[in-house]
Amino acid sequence: MEIGLNHYLVLSTILFAIGLVGVMRRKNLLLLFFATEILLNSVNIAFAAISHYYGDLTGQMFAFFVIAIAASEVAVGLGLLIVWFKRHGSIDLDSMTSMRG
Amino acid sequence: MFEAIAFYLFAFLTIAMFYIVVTTKQALYALTALAAGMIFISAFFFILGADFLGAIQIIVYTGAVMALYAFGMMFFDTTRGVKEKNGNKFIIVGLASLAAFLVVVIFAAPMVSENIVALNPVIEGVGNTQSVGVVLFTKYLIPFEVAAVMLLVAMIAGIVLAGKKMDLSLTLMSRAEIEEIKKQKNKKVLS
Repeated sequence: MEIGLNHYLVLSTILFAIGLVGVMRRKNLLLLFFATEILLNSVNIAFAAISHYYGDLTGQMFAFFVIAIAASEVAVGLGLLIVWFKRHGSIDLDSMTSMRG
Repeated sequence: MFEAIAFYLFAFLTIAMFYIVVTTKQALYALTALAAGMIFISAFFFILGADFLGAIQIIVYTGAVMALYAFGMMFFDTTRGVKEKNGNKFIIVGLASLAAFLVVVIFAAPMVSENIVALNPVIEGVGNTQSVGVVLFTKYLIPFEVAAVMLLVAMIAGIVLAGKKMDLSLTLMSRAEIEEIKKQKNKKVLS
């Protein structure tokens, strides 16, 4: 049984759907961040698989930059979350209605 | 044969771990399952021959990002259960399925045409790390440097945001005390 590109793309899509469900059903911002990490990782799998099956290194380059962006996003996002939690004592999305959006 | 066994094993493990992440009510379980899922994802990179990417996945994600989350969770009250949105389940599942289908279409569209030409072909005779280095430091040098500057900016932003007023515990003070400190210092320290 040969594992082809489609196997990896289907796996990546399943993981992306799991992350998307997480983004839609979570209220806690920390767990929303976790779901975002799942989304980024699923795309990384697709990049690496396409890079392997087409013999092209561009996919791996994009995966590196996605990882770098995820790392900086986590640093800034966690800093903002800590400031918000110190001020309001909760990181639920319900508490962030001060702009009446 | 072994590739197929490894693929299905790690696919099952990864999906199970990420399913735990999005469904559990305990933030600590979610963190642990996410770290395990990151490790399992690096297995796919090793199967695909992207050794350097797999090592980076383990070092950056499970080493740095998960440690950052673990330290960040010390600031939050994660022992109480997580509230969930009680929306319409059919809408959520339908939207997720639609988005997943769109992703499949996006990936399948260029494959149907079969017109893809390798821009940076894999270099024969050298390892993955060396060929990645060759491409990264020639064609992608500018994005690499920009990513480095972005990481520096993110580090400074994290220090400035999280390190502000570390000696005071704003959650244990009452609102009147916070207002008093604001007036006393006469500057915007608690924004």
